[in-house]
Amino acid sequence: MGSKELKYIGKRIPRVDVDKVLGDAEYAYDFELPGMLWVKLVGAPHPHAKIIKIDYSDALKVPGVVRVFTGEDFPFKVGIYAADRDVLAREKTLYYGHPVAAVVAESLEAAEEAASKIVVEYEPLPYVLTIEDALKDNAPLVHENLAEYKHAPFIYPKPGTNIAHHTKLRKGNIEDGFAKADIVVENSYKEPMISHYYLEPWTGIARVKKDGTIEVWSSHQSPFAVRNLLALSLGVPITKLVVHHLRTGGGFGGKAGLLLEHIPVLISMKLGGRPVKLRLTARENFFFMAQRAGYLIKMKTGVTANGKLVAHYGEYYLDAGAYADYTVNIARAVGLTAFGPYEIPNIHVDSYAVYTNKVPTTAFRGFGMQELFFAVESQMDELAHKLGMDPVEFRLKNVFVPGKSRTAINELLRKDAGAPAQAIKEAAKLIEWNTPSEKPREPWKIRAKGFAAFWKGPFQPPNATSSAIVKLNEDGGVDLLIGTGEMGQGTTTGLVQIVAEELGIPPEKIRVAPIRSTDMVPYTWQTVGSRGLFTDGQALVNALNDLKRKIRAVASKIFNVEEYEIEIGDGKACVKGEPEKCVELKDLALGYMQPTGITIGGPLIGAGAHVPERNVLTHPETGQILEEGHLAPFYTFGAGAVEIEINLLTGDIRVLKVVSVFDTPALNPGLAEGQVIGGAVMGINIALREKLLFDVKGEYKGLFPEGMLLNPCLSNYIVSRAADVPKDFKIKFLGVGQSDAPYGAKGIGELAMLAWPAAIANAVYNALKIRITELPLSPDKIIDEIKKKRPELLEEAEKFLELNL
Amino acid sequence: MVRITLTVNGEKKEVDVSISESLLHVLRDKLHLRSVKANCYRGECGICTVIMNNRLVKSCQVLAVEADGAEIITVEGLTRDGKIAPIQRAFIEKFGFQCGFCTPAFVLAGHWIVNNMPKASEDEIREIISGIVCRCTGYKQIVDAIKYAIMLAHGESG
Repeated sequence: MGSKELKYIGKRIPRVDVDKVLGDAEYAYDFELPGMLWVKLVGAPHPHAKIIKIDYSDALKVPGVVRVFTGEDFPFKVGIYAADRDVLAREKTLYYGHPVAAVVAESLEAAEEAASKIVVEYEPLPYVLTIEDALKDNAPLVHENLAEYKHAPFIYPKPGTNIAHHTKLRKGNIEDGFAKADIVVENSYKEPMISHYYLEPWTGIARVKKDGTIEVWSSHQSPFAVRNLLALSLGVPITKLVVHHLRTGGGFGGKAGLLLEHIPVLISMKLGGRPVKLRLTARENFFFMAQRAGYLIKMKTGVTANGKLVAHYGEYYLDAGAYADYTVNIARAVGLTAFGPYEIPNIHVDSYAVYTNKVPTTAFRGFGMQELFFAVESQMDELAHKLGMDPVEFRLKNVFVPGKSRTAINELLRKDAGAPAQAIKEAAKLIEWNTPSEKPREPWKIRAKGFAAFWKGPFQPPNATSSAIVKLNEDGGVDLLIGTGEMGQGTTTGLVQIVAEELGIPPEKIRVAPIRSTDMVPYTWQTVGSRGLFTDGQALVNALNDLKRKIRAVASKIFNVEEYEIEIGDGKACVKGEPEKCVELKDLALGYMQPTGITIGGPLIGAGAHVPERNVLTHPETGQILEEGHLAPFYTFGAGAVEIEINLLTGDIRVLKVVSVFDTPALNPGLAEGQVIGGAVMGINIALREKLLFDVKGEYKGLFPEGMLLNPCLSNYIVSRAADVPKDFKIKFLGVGQSDAPYGAKGIGELAMLAWPAAIANAVYNALKIRITELPLSPDKIIDEIKKKRPELLEEAEKFLELNL
Repeated sequence: MVRITLTVNGEKKEVDVSISESLLHVLRDKLHLRSVKANCYRGECGICTVIMNNRLVKSCQVLAVEADGAEIITVEGLTRDGKIAPIQRAFIEKFGFQCGFCTPAFVLAGHWIVNNMPKASEDEIREIISGIVCRCTGYKQIVDAIKYAIMLAHGESG
């Protein structure tokens, strides 16, 4: 690594998955096997109901139908951190759309027709759709038998309530902290449930071979997580399970864990091993697939008159829906993170995942941090305004100092943890923070800037390990075997660049198989939390070092020198300082034959692993680390800023400029910018538009079934389009690396999304002097707030409208 | 069942279709052109876009019988004699794709723009591709790729 000039790292090396552009990329959605059966699920039309009777006699009469399964066929529960999920609903259904039956047929059409002929009799039960209702004393319980569910040791459900998990964080002394505070800001922040809307609807195919081998092809992020969770859920041995990772059409956290893979697997097991495919439609994906939790974040933060944060109290509630999936662990992540990249000596936070009678929820890009930082960074601006201090200056006064600061869980940030202050300063510079926005030509529009900082590391267990294998081929090329999932983020290309750089061979000579199977590639825990490049990259560097050791061993024998005298580069192994004494890697790959025929070495393979360095657990009662160490193997720090324009007549917000700064170096600016821009557009859209609509107030009673998701399609669930996204992006990577990261690089995929809701809400405040604490910042909400709090602005703007008429 | 004739990527195909069947269904499930992706089946996401008689269409919104006699281009038809089209080279060089599930639709839209609107402004490009959803890229690198492909195909003057 050292100081020599880099040839492939830091360069715009094209992506390796070009099959996507050439039209022959293979996704689970497209995947088929001969003799394959199709599954169609039937969902419940009530938010909460007792199943009285399921009559599928007419369904069985449809030509091509093979079987109909109901909950009683699978009398056990599955789940990631808590086994709270029925395979198909048993006894009662817990949310609108809850699958009660699965039809299996020779064709998709037959399965669809038969599904429409299943008649289910229900007895509706009282239900809860909001966090507030779910927490009431006599609230209907989503899970009466919570006490009996198996769960991970770090998950704390409260039987007899709707609380799926409770995390506590206690640092310092909260009373003393607030006693020292001169200014206290208290607010409640809310975000609705939203959808990932990845473009490949979830799909899973399974078959069971005669020897008992279970094969799964599914749309997922992490093949080894699917394998592990399937084995745990179904009690089948790992060695009999093969999970194939194909191209994955978007994940954003929504394909992180076990999804519905167990359904085709169980059905195949019951049908003599025949291949079975369950492919959701885009609409079904809203009802059957886990979405992102809604948030209610209550916080109270105290600061001294000279601008030092001294106390923070929080109650964080996540609307988990009917099954908590990853959401219990996200509640843990936001609870233990507690606040932004700022040191606070006294913290008291309780974080809860709460069951409601809505669609289940799971991870979403950022693992709760976008939602937490919407609150935290809005709070930071509010505190700065109350102090009469510039928000950027206030942040710099409190921001973590690597090597000195301790986080909420009491980790001492490592000296090379990053450059949080520098990122804040750079973002302020790039948005020209101290220069006020120009006045727009139309007097009914108003412009302003907004700022937010962020930090995040992968929220993973201390034993989340990875491994990599590199095989040298006889043409001097390399097969890279890696378990990393590729759902578009580009990690595999970054890993190829590392191989290219370390061996001095062009990326075209390095292959990563487009389909990676768990029985062929080495283990990595999961492809989540922006961890892939860092953790799998370190495993790869170790594998390459292993390969190089083996190359040196052979080359040193050829030239009769010591191993340390051999250097490797440009696809060759040479004796240092003697450029004529070289052997090409291709001639070593399979074994080097000496002039007399004696062959040394052999097929050269390097293997390497990565184990997080001193990652530790936290105390269940205080959330403090159990011994000196870290929760995450790295943290990425950054800051974002926007300039927005608000139309006072329509309430419409346009984001004109986006500034996004990260402390880490970028291994491939083309890929990194793609993550940053894509993340910003997603985060901005979440800030402005996205919301899963449920009739929580009973406004549509009689018009729609109760408890139904009202906007399960792109006409009503608004995602961004090319014509309505910002065009002006200023992106900067500061190049401050972590010493044990591959070429210093830390993850950014999730980080790219974290700043925007807060930055935009802060810009709205700077424009209107109105603090909005609930997303989305939709036009109707902006108009409502102006009417309520600044009616004079609207009157002023409407004058121009009259003039124009 | 009705027999229709399509010219798909230069090859004549005869297919028996039902009167309610979509062009998308014919392309994906009868002709096995799996570059044509599907998501919403209701004209909202646009990822099933193909070129039909030199127009961009959402193939889920076209009845197969309407397409009788039509000339269809899908991404499979862009690579000729092992040579990729300028739009494909541009998407690769400009990082115009991530998960890839919407990519064939954007590649075809870009191909159409390169051939039919080589003087398109950035706003016009954005307007044209706004019928197709991408959830990964934020669109900038897609627009950059299309602009670059125009340059590759027509030179600087465009």
